[in-house]
Amino acid sequence: MSLRPDLAIIAAHVPRGARVLDVGCGDGELMAALRDECGVDARGLEIDPANVAAAVGRGLSVIQGDADTDLAGYPDGSFDYAILSQTLQTARAPDRVLDELLRIGRHAFVSFPNFAHWRVRLSLLWGGRMPVTRLLPERWYDTPNIHHLTIDDFRAHLAERAVTVDGAWFLSGDKRTGGAAANMMAEHAVFLLRRNKPR
Amino acid sequence: MLTTPSSLDQRFGLSRRVVLPGPLRLDGGALLAPVEIAYETYGSLAPGGGNAMLVCHALTGDQHVASAHPRTGKPGWWQRMVGPGKPIDTDRFFVICANVLGSCMGSSGPASIDPVTGRPYGMSFPVITIRDMVRAQALLLDHLGVGQLAAVVGGSMGGMQALSWAATFPERVAACLMIASTARHSAQNIAFHEVGRQAVMADPNWRGGDYYDGDPPAAGLAVARMAAHITYLSEAGLTEKFGRRLQAREQKSFGFDADFQVESYLRHQGLAFTDRFDANSYLYITRALDYFDLAEEHGGLLANAFRGTATRFCLVSFDTDWLYPTSESRAVVHALMAGGAAASFVELSSPYGHDAFLLESPELDRVVSGFLGTGR
Repeated sequence: MSLRPDLAIIAAHVPRGARVLDVGCGDGELMAALRDECGVDARGLEIDPANVAAAVGRGLSVIQGDADTDLAGYPDGSFDYAILSQTLQTARAPDRVLDELLRIGRHAFVSFPNFAHWRVRLSLLWGGRMPVTRLLPERWYDTPNIHHLTIDDFRAHLAERAVTVDGAWFLSGDKRTGGAAANMMAEHAVFLLRRNKPR
Repeated sequence: MLTTPSSLDQRFGLSRRVVLPGPLRLDGGALLAPVEIAYETYGSLAPGGGNAMLVCHALTGDQHVASAHPRTGKPGWWQRMVGPGKPIDTDRFFVICANVLGSCMGSSGPASIDPVTGRPYGMSFPVITIRDMVRAQALLLDHLGVGQLAAVVGGSMGGMQALSWAATFPERVAACLMIASTARHSAQNIAFHEVGRQAVMADPNWRGGDYYDGDPPAAGLAVARMAAHITYLSEAGLTEKFGRRLQAREQKSFGFDADFQVESYLRHQGLAFTDRFDANSYLYITRALDYFDLAEEHGGLLANAFRGTATRFCLVSFDTDWLYPTSESRAVVHALMAGGAAASFVELSSPYGHDAFLLESPELDRVVSGFLGTGR
């Protein structure tokens, strides 16, 4: 399977036969891999109609909708895993999307580009310009990424919201990098999360 | 088991008609007998019967989905979608299309002969519902030896039948494709239909529906069609096609001729319709549409209609369709999501309003063939 590295990590950690919702599933690349190689019952939500058509063309069940507004219709705990890959930073209310994700899925995978990667820092520090990098290729006015975040921002947010981290993977290119220096060294991050059970 | 090759079986082919003894118990309480159904089949039924697909037609459609219309000579109404190598591929699927109950193309309707009186039913034909149409189709499938459908597919009223199929006979429907449709008729939908019905009934030739030995209420039916036709188009589509352009004249006539192209077009649409459609059928089918509310049939909660369903669903809407707008499809999608059904939904972009589902649309083809597995 030649999945994007963050998707490959997710695919490697979803158990066989799980029920999965992929929020922002694009053309269904991950869903198709999960279905074909892991026997996963995958469903998708995707905002772009051309992507939805492509995913339906792969025989996948994908609903055209917006993560910001259309997650409310899914019942609590209706999926084993809810996945949000490279979509958090494009949401109007990413904190609410994350809450919805943890409500719908018993577990949630979240992946996002790390805005504190050293290349981004250098670009801003020395160039004084909003960074345009491999993972963040759009310029400031046409980027869909409207809520940039860093790995440390996300960790702090999880701590505030009492979310349990069951796994975290950090990537620089397609290579893994350690957790301690991740905020500086990782281009993007994948977290496996779970809502703390209320006592 | 079939003992005859399907190509030799008299039940299969174009322009078929069957009289089923019935009686069919209707939602309104009446019993209908016999039940006559005009239908066509395309392709061959696989030995296990697993490749059968039902295509449901819209309000004024018919069984000639991919064959020439016997009265107008025009190509089938979905010829671009149904055929060998098309998204609804008749090389792979055994496609059935039946004229709905209440219509006038050979299935039992108000123009049929009432066996009790020996005369056309007229308004004594029982009022029917979308679910009654579906139950009649189920009788036809029994007759054809088709147990489960690989898919039921329809646009507009055909989409309502597809949805009703999935709710009424879930074990007989593996996949349901609803295009440009809704799970219930809105007040606005009912309002437009009432205008059409009143136009028919106001025509002195209508005579309480008992006009079969005289002139039909063509003027009233034409007005009904004109009003309905507007709802099938988008404002932008009308503007692009006609604007305020005048019809074969340089100046306004300061009279009530069809000065504008759009008037001329609508008059033509209205008149042409009366050549091929029965006014009473129009009353009965619009009534069936107005009565359609799938949630109402399931305790007021649409999700109940699909709870625990194993049917796969795909819904398609068009952004300029104001007859059955995207919000109506979304309501169905939410009900399916609540029930955990395998559902897909996409809103496609088209300038053509509700009619878009009948027109050239590569995106629609892609979704349909993708969902039905003919694209892979």
